[in-house]
Amino acid sequence: MEILAAGFVYLVAAVVAVPIADRLGLGSVLGYLIAGVVIGPVLGIVGHETVELQHFAEFGVVMMLFLVGLELQPAMLWRMRTQLLGLGGLQVIGTTALIAAVALAFGLVWQAALALGMILALSSTAIVLQTLNEKGWMQTIGGKSAFSVLLTQDIAVIPMLALMPLLAVGGTHGDDHGTDAHGHAAPTAFDALPDWAQALAILAIIAAIILGGRTVMRPVFRFIAEARLREIFTAAALMLVIGIALAMNYVGLSPALGTFLAGVVLSDSEYRHELESDIEPFKGLLLGLFFITVGAGVDFGLLFSNPAGLVALAVGLMALKAAVLYGLATAFGLGGADRWLFTLGLAQAGEFAFVLFGFTLGAGVLPAELVSTMTLVVALTMLLTPLLFILHEKVLAPRSVTSADRAPDEIDEAGTVVVAGIGRVGQIITRLLITNGYKVTVLDHDPETIDNLSRIGFRAYYGDATRPDLLHSAGLETATLFIAALDDRDKQTALVRHVAHSYPDVIIHARALDRHHVYELENAGAHIAVRETFEAALSMGRDALVALGNHPFRAETARRTFRAHDHRQLDALHATWTAEGVSASYIDAMRAHSQTLFDLMKEDRLDSFDRSDHGWTPPPKGDANL
Amino acid sequence: MKPLVYLAHPRLDRSEISGPLFEAARQTEGITCVDLYATYPTFEIDVAREQRRLVDHDAIVFLHPIYWYSAPSIVREWQDLVLEYGFAYGKHGHALDGKVTFNAVSCGALETSYRPGGGNGAHLRDLLMPFEKTADLCRMRYLAPFAIYGAGRAVEEDRRKGHLAAWQGLLTALRDERLDLRAAHAALTLNDIAASHAAKPETA
Repeated sequence: MEILAAGFVYLVAAVVAVPIADRLGLGSVLGYLIAGVVIGPVLGIVGHETVELQHFAEFGVVMMLFLVGLELQPAMLWRMRTQLLGLGGLQVIGTTALIAAVALAFGLVWQAALALGMILALSSTAIVLQTLNEKGWMQTIGGKSAFSVLLTQDIAVIPMLALMPLLAVGGTHGDDHGTDAHGHAAPTAFDALPDWAQALAILAIIAAIILGGRTVMRPVFRFIAEARLREIFTAAALMLVIGIALAMNYVGLSPALGTFLAGVVLSDSEYRHELESDIEPFKGLLLGLFFITVGAGVDFGLLFSNPAGLVALAVGLMALKAAVLYGLATAFGLGGADRWLFTLGLAQAGEFAFVLFGFTLGAGVLPAELVSTMTLVVALTMLLTPLLFILHEKVLAPRSVTSADRAPDEIDEAGTVVVAGIGRVGQIITRLLITNGYKVTVLDHDPETIDNLSRIGFRAYYGDATRPDLLHSAGLETATLFIAALDDRDKQTALVRHVAHSYPDVIIHARALDRHHVYELENAGAHIAVRETFEAALSMGRDALVALGNHPFRAETARRTFRAHDHRQLDALHATWTAEGVSASYIDAMRAHSQTLFDLMKEDRLDSFDRSDHGWTPPPKGDANL
Repeated sequence: MKPLVYLAHPRLDRSEISGPLFEAARQTEGITCVDLYATYPTFEIDVAREQRRLVDHDAIVFLHPIYWYSAPSIVREWQDLVLEYGFAYGKHGHALDGKVTFNAVSCGALETSYRPGGGNGAHLRDLLMPFEKTADLCRMRYLAPFAIYGAGRAVEEDRRKGHLAAWQGLLTALRDERLDLRAAHAALTLNDIAASHAAKPETA
């Protein structure tokens, strides 16, 4: 009951604080922090157990790096190399150096100064990415540049984690928490191995992750996927992440590094989106828990002993970071609103600082007083960030030159299409779109089809397309067009209804099984619903007419006439059709329409001159006008 | 007067004259604009709908590049289907009586080529005789063509702005019934008349 009660307190705090913070434009990270502050120092509901909880919650960071890795296809990294190395690399190195210099001036030893520089050089991926997405700034030059820098920082965390132990002053290894997600594990059989064998074991594990990810994991995931048990797939994803974390711990390497590598290796795989959707909620909750524990650990005594000094430190830190960012933005040719977005958006310190602070404390790099002070400072910079975004949006951006006179963006995202269901219908549509140069993302729940399609170069992903989270990670937010081509009638309708409701800007084309399904889909919000067999049947009908001796063009004209009539009938009957089924008035209307067509065709056959038979009809023979 | 502009261009993505001219017409108030290839990509022309359109307008303009001394094929398909006996011609076919019609065309060759003795051997107006005779048979008032010669180099030679001003001047004059239809019928091309109606650059 103890655990349940504690868990309940944390959940209540999160459920209350996060939506409110979000509504106020502060973002979820601040919401968690505030929740922690409230249940910790303010109300005193939770106490010292938060420290232990924090070590458990740090596993959220491991998962986050796995997800970061999943997002980073090697090809994309290669395309962004100048941005990452240039803009991102210079930001990390420049800021680290500047902050370290200031810290030295304050009298810190160089190891501590360097550690502090590295930690504070990082910005808040969670806050910035979320804000960029929410405000729709992701595709601006400023937004893209900010993203590159954040990406570089995420990657830079890995070498930082590796460097920290080397910066330990006087070997005061505070190795007190046994299963710290980042720290070394308790002594194991591994430590008994000679050095050369340890090095070998480390290399072997990294090689195993890369090779295993490439060769073993795909068939394994496929095997699991074929069982069509969603929870087992989730279990397998968790198993993968935890297993790698344990293995890395065993050899004394950072679990984050291991899962990051595994993420990158799997980022090319067709199970990427499914893995993402499965791990995402765990990561979100654990990270949230982590932020709550940070908030709960805030030293209020410290804050109230010197509020002005702390605020001054926070503002000074942001000014330092902003100066570096502004210089880089200018050097890399960002102008106007983009420069300000980049400068102000990345000026805060980030959530990784909390993680790294905990780590440096354990490794004895930074003294405890400094860590608790700087934790407060970091939290303050994050608190100030939403205000800076508002300053940017309301004051600076409108004044700057608008984007009208800048060079057009690389068309990265334009014209993207998501196709759900790659059966007989979806395949043909997808092939046509791809041969015309469009980017198509395909979702299907049949592992075999997905495998075959990936082999011939489709961007195909495994997963149940009716899952909202999967649709989201497939990029429906930025897609122009959504094509629903599932073969299950009810799932298809539900899918269309969900997409029409959640993504009102996306155009929806839907495959319909029959004419009543057309109505269902149109009512659900499809812009165009096409009967899957209609055009094929019409073609066969025309071929039949030709086989029966009709002139091919005459047969084609008959096909067109019939098709046009049927479309008119389909539209006209929509009103009389009810979702509950076929009513009597519907049947009457249908009969009447069929009669019209029959009459039309009959007149056609009598070859009488009639205005209803348009097209290439000669004038009557006796006309003297010619 | 209510003008209707039919655009016929099968490759609008590469068009340098017809596309912008069509766009200019769409920006002009009181002009109905129909992109034939976009409306009927499979050539399945809705005859009843097009006949209603003709009845509703007083001037029918075909905007197109010159293909083989005529228009792109959808214009011919349109004629075959829409200009029906009993509607456009014949004893009871009086729907188009008195309506104005002309072609607005872009030609690759220079004006000097469209002369007797020139490369094309005849005036453009004479080469477009099938359109004129069709109009006559439908009892419409045929006007000389509005022609942009050397269309392939109009952008490079910085002439497009001038052509656009003349075209818009022509359409607005037609709409406001300021166009001298007698002179427009008698001319070899509408170019000079259009230019006289073009908005002055400084007031545009």
